[in-house]
Order: sequence, then structure tokens, then C-alpha cells
Amino acid sequence: MMDNKMIVEGSLEGSDKGFAFYGRLPYYRGLGLSMVEDIQITVDGDLIPRADVRFHVRGKTYTLDEMETVYDDRWNFGEKAKIIALKPGGLPAGDHRIEFAVRMRVSYLPFVPTTKDTKVLALAA
Amino acid sequence: MPIKRGVSLYSFQNETFQGKMTLEDCIRTCAEMGAKGLEVIGEQTFWGWPEASVADAEIENWHRLVAQYDCVPVAHDFMLDYKRYKGREMPFEEQVASVRKDIEFGARLGVKYLRALVSIAPEVLVAAAAHAEEQGVCILIEVHAPLHFDHPWIIRHAEAFEKSGSAALGFLPDMGMFLHAFPPVWKEKFLRMGVPHNIADYIVKAYEDRVLSEYVILNVQQMGGTGPAIAMAETLRHNAAFEPKRMLDYMPRIRNIHGKFYEVTEDYVEPSIPYDEIVKVLQQGGYDGYICSEYEGNRWVEDAMEPDSVEQVRRQQVMLAGLLGEPTPQLQHAA
Repeated sequence: MMDNKMIVEGSLEGSDKGFAFYGRLPYYRGLGLSMVEDIQITVDGDLIPRADVRFHVRGKTYTLDEMETVYDDRWNFGEKAKIIALKPGGLPAGDHRIEFAVRMRVSYLPFVPTTKDTKVLALAA
Repeated sequence: MPIKRGVSLYSFQNETFQGKMTLEDCIRTCAEMGAKGLEVIGEQTFWGWPEASVADAEIENWHRLVAQYDCVPVAHDFMLDYKRYKGREMPFEEQVASVRKDIEFGARLGVKYLRALVSIAPEVLVAAAAHAEEQGVCILIEVHAPLHFDHPWIIRHAEAFEKSGSAALGFLPDMGMFLHAFPPVWKEKFLRMGVPHNIADYIVKAYEDRVLSEYVILNVQQMGGTGPAIAMAETLRHNAAFEPKRMLDYMPRIRNIHGKFYEVTEDYVEPSIPYDEIVKVLQQGGYDGYICSEYEGNRWVEDAMEPDSVEQVRRQQVMLAGLLGEPTPQLQHAA
């Protein structure tokens, strides 16, 4: 659910260290950060290594490994988190095809869902 | 006492997720429909819950809006994330403590009922029952497809509730367990995903004929079905046309109802859930609580169109008012 609303339109930004966009949890509620099992980003077909992904919300920045033991912070319902990819040199200006996949550990589900959105976002020069 | 109408704000998730409707918009919309009972998923409506506390100002705002629109807080749906820790289940005592926190949160919201997800163990709820009594609330386990009132897991809950002797434990049936026809919005989504028409038609007919899900899945495989066709057939594993009258044995402990629906048509019919029969059974059983709309068609249409949750809930409320013998509310089309 909300699959096609995960990536926030027009939110791509860049620097010489990498790029970032705003992402939302594809769910009808929020989730404690320890239950976000994985976030995968690809840009123009290239996968960003897990160790180079950062999650930033309300002034705090986490690696995905750190998030696994964060029990006092959440990704709230509909909340726009900044999803950061470290990529030395950054991205050239122009259109980029971003894939954003989130795997969640949901207590009541008999499976572990991964939900994905793909959008072409423009990076200003 | 007649059955009363309410809405779970879950119904407006597509709009609230995108910031298109505020809490006040949701409450005003329900009030305009004459659906004065409000149900919330606490952590959807109140950011921060349960990991962080919710400021008193936000709770005061909730009560101000409830009073302003002459509504009634009915239920807080809590989640209990017992898989919070990677690789190990939350210990029993911590689960109970978590439920106690949600009981207190529900009491702050002024609700009488707390919805517990169906996968929660009965022992956890029984251990929290005394605290619920102290706080003046009742914990209701949501009986939701594929579970149903004759399933051993639900019977185990019922036995534990009786043995506890507590009146603060009960049931919240979700009407989706009475799925008497394959929902048209499901079929249409699977067609968009590429399921061949002949296979989709076969699955709908097989559902109508009440064929066992495992036979349907095998037949779809043998018809050459792959991927989405198998997924469509597998929905039969998780849904069935259980009978509304099965609620009668449990009526004294049924305190709230999820009026699940996938679509209400322009002529006010839910094609897949028999609300006429459901209302008759509830009336026969002397039910006098709320039926809270729970629109879940959103996820089945959002790939093709922006869901119009307000119009869908409005149609269901017109349908319910008719079945309950209320005059048709003069509803505004509030969308």
C-alpha cells in the first residue's frame, strides 16, 4: 500500500558526497526503527551498498545497522524521512531513475514484506 | 439501544498519509455523515506513539475536536510489536507492560475499547485485564480473516477470557471474514497485473462455488497461471465466506465491529460482504455498540486511481443508515 507514494516527487538533492531524497514508509501506520530491516536504493541501475545508506529524521542520522537497535525513535505514518546515499563525486545534473525498497518486520504478518517504488527524479544543476 | 454508526480513521489513510486531510477534517467528515463514533489506530493518528509519549496538548486537541463535532471516542487500535527485537520475540512480561501502556493511552483518549491484533496470545491479554478494568476500558481481540469464530485460536481466546472471569476482555469481529463474493476491485487489480481473463473469471466462479483454496491454486497452475494468477488464487487461502450467524454464540463479548469494506457502489451496495445479513444477525443478537467503517479498497485501486475514501465511506454510511432503519442522512459530498 502507498507503494507509489514512497518516493516524494521533486525531492532529489545532490552534493559531491552523494545524493538524497525524501521517502515515506509504505504502511498505514509508523514503525519503530528497529523493525526497518533494510532500505535498498539504486540509482540508474546501480545498487548503493547497505553501508553507504543513511536514514535521517527529525535531526538524527542513522546507519541501517544502527537502526536495528534503535527502540526509542520511529518512522511515523506518512513522515518524510531523508534517505541519503553516500556516493563520492555525487550525481551529474539531470534525470535519474531512483529505486527505493523497504523491508519491514511486522509482528502480525506471516511474511516479511518488501515494498518498492521507482521514480525518475530531476537533479538541478 | 439501536446499533450506532462510526468510522475508523484508518479509512482515510490515503488522504492523511499525504497530508490532504487533517485530524479535524476526518472528524468533521464523520460528523457530517452522522457517524459519531470514532476509532483510531493510535500510532497512525498520533505521531511518536508508542516509542515516544504523546504531548498533553495533542490529547487536549483531540478532546476539543471530539466535543466540537459532538462525536464519541470509541476505540484505540494498538499494535504490540512483539517482534521489536531482531531474532527474538519480546518477553511475556514486556508484552504485558506494553499492553498496559496502550490501556493508559486509550484511557487518555477517552475510548471504552482497545483493539488487540489477532496474533496476540490470550495469556498476554488476560494478564493485562485487571489494569483495563481499573482504567475503565475493555480489550477486544480482532477476529479477522483468515481466522474466524470456529478457529481453534479464537476458541482458545474465548476459553481464556471465560476462565479469567474478567468483563474487560472481548471480541471485535472484522466483517471481512464474511466475504461472500470475490471483490470486483480485487479482480480488476489482478487483471491490471496481467492475470488472463479466463483465469480471473475461473477464480471468481470457484470462490462463488466455495471450492477449497488448495484445489483452486492447483487448477490455476494447470491452466498455465503464473505470478499474479497464483497470487490471485492464493487470496482464497486468506479469505472465506464464513457465516455471520457464527457471531451469535459470542454476542455478550462482542463490543465493537469493524465495518470492513472494499467498495460500495453508486447504488449503495458492497458487492462482496453481505451487510444486510450482518445487520440482521447483530440485531438478533441484541448488539448495541458501533459499526465502524473500515475502508480497505484504497490499496486495491491506488495503482490505477487516487482513492476517494470520503466518498466510499459516505456510501457505506448511507447503506448502513438504511439497513439500521435510520432516515437517509442528508450527507454532504464532503470530498
